[in-house]
Amino acid sequence: MGKMNNNLVRIEEGVSFIPGASAIVAPLNKLINWGRAGSIWPATFGLACCAIEMMAAGAATNDLDRFGIIFRASPRQADCLILAGTITKKMAPVVRRVFDQMPEPRYVIAMGSCACTGGLFDTYAVVQGADEFLPVDVYIPGCPPRPEALLEGLMKLQEKIMQEQGRWSQFV
Amino acid sequence: MEPIRIAEEIEKKFPCSVLGICEHKGQVSVVVDRSDIVAMCQFLKSGHKMNHLNCLCGVDNLTRKGKYIERFEVIYQLYSIENHISLRLKAQIRDSAHPIIDSITSLWTGADWLERETYDLVGIMFNNHPNLKRILTPEDWQGHPLRKDYVLRGDTEWQGLEELKEKSRKLRRFDFHSAHVKQGAASDDD
Repeated sequence: MGKMNNNLVRIEEGVSFIPGASAIVAPLNKLINWGRAGSIWPATFGLACCAIEMMAAGAATNDLDRFGIIFRASPRQADCLILAGTITKKMAPVVRRVFDQMPEPRYVIAMGSCACTGGLFDTYAVVQGADEFLPVDVYIPGCPPRPEALLEGLMKLQEKIMQEQGRWSQFV
Repeated sequence: MEPIRIAEEIEKKFPCSVLGICEHKGQVSVVVDRSDIVAMCQFLKSGHKMNHLNCLCGVDNLTRKGKYIERFEVIYQLYSIENHISLRLKAQIRDSAHPIIDSITSLWTGADWLERETYDLVGIMFNNHPNLKRILTPEDWQGHPLRKDYVLRGDTEWQGLEELKEKSRKLRRFDFHSAHVKQGAASDDD
């Protein structure tokens, strides 16, 4: 055993390569998190003006595809909900339903001042922050945030996913 | 024909209903009583080719004072596509407790949603409207948000949002993170 360990090529903390066997040894947590962080699929869902910036982030200049971030037209195929815009009280139950239709693992990004806190619409018609009825993972401030800010938020979500422990089983 | 001439003709035809005529920067408004509004619009539509209803909205004049001005008014912005002239009708509604006016959906079908919006936000009822229910706020909403005495944040919370928050609280234990917290320490849920 001692000899074999000496032959392992350490790639990074906990991840090793076995020469001659074409195999990599790593904790399942790390492999699954790596896979997930590299394939965040957000639902195609815009609420207000922030959605325009979200579209810009997906277009050629910023190009979300290079991070494996591909917008899916059905919440059942998505694992990330980007709340891009003002959430009115009338819309809130619909937003919740979209989230409920997404399978685990699922993440929520509140994009822009309105989705984070209600923004400048401190009125009868607007929900004062998406976290009143959704578990939000990342908050992105701005009115609207530039595509770079959305990218930063998605990077933060990737970091968060990389630190998860045992999100692939309820028994861990 | 000049808009001001049309306004004078309306006054000649409906002397009891027209309260006044005013002109501001070339825009002519006829201040009228609510009673003859359908007949008046019919007269303008067929007699003067004011065939396009540009806009219809309600106004709450709670703090505005002036001659002929009542608490509620409905404003009709008419335009003649053929003659390129516009005319504004301002119908005053005296009964501020139960504001009601005749619907003009029989003349312009497009007035349907405009009148529903006016009912929803300002609370003015429309006689003979085919489907007078709320259009922007949820159907079980309380109050009329664009009235001047409506509190900006609303005095009561909408029932639908309360139900949503309750549902969200119940579903929270199925979230991955809170499920993990529960194994270690007691959760604040249930």
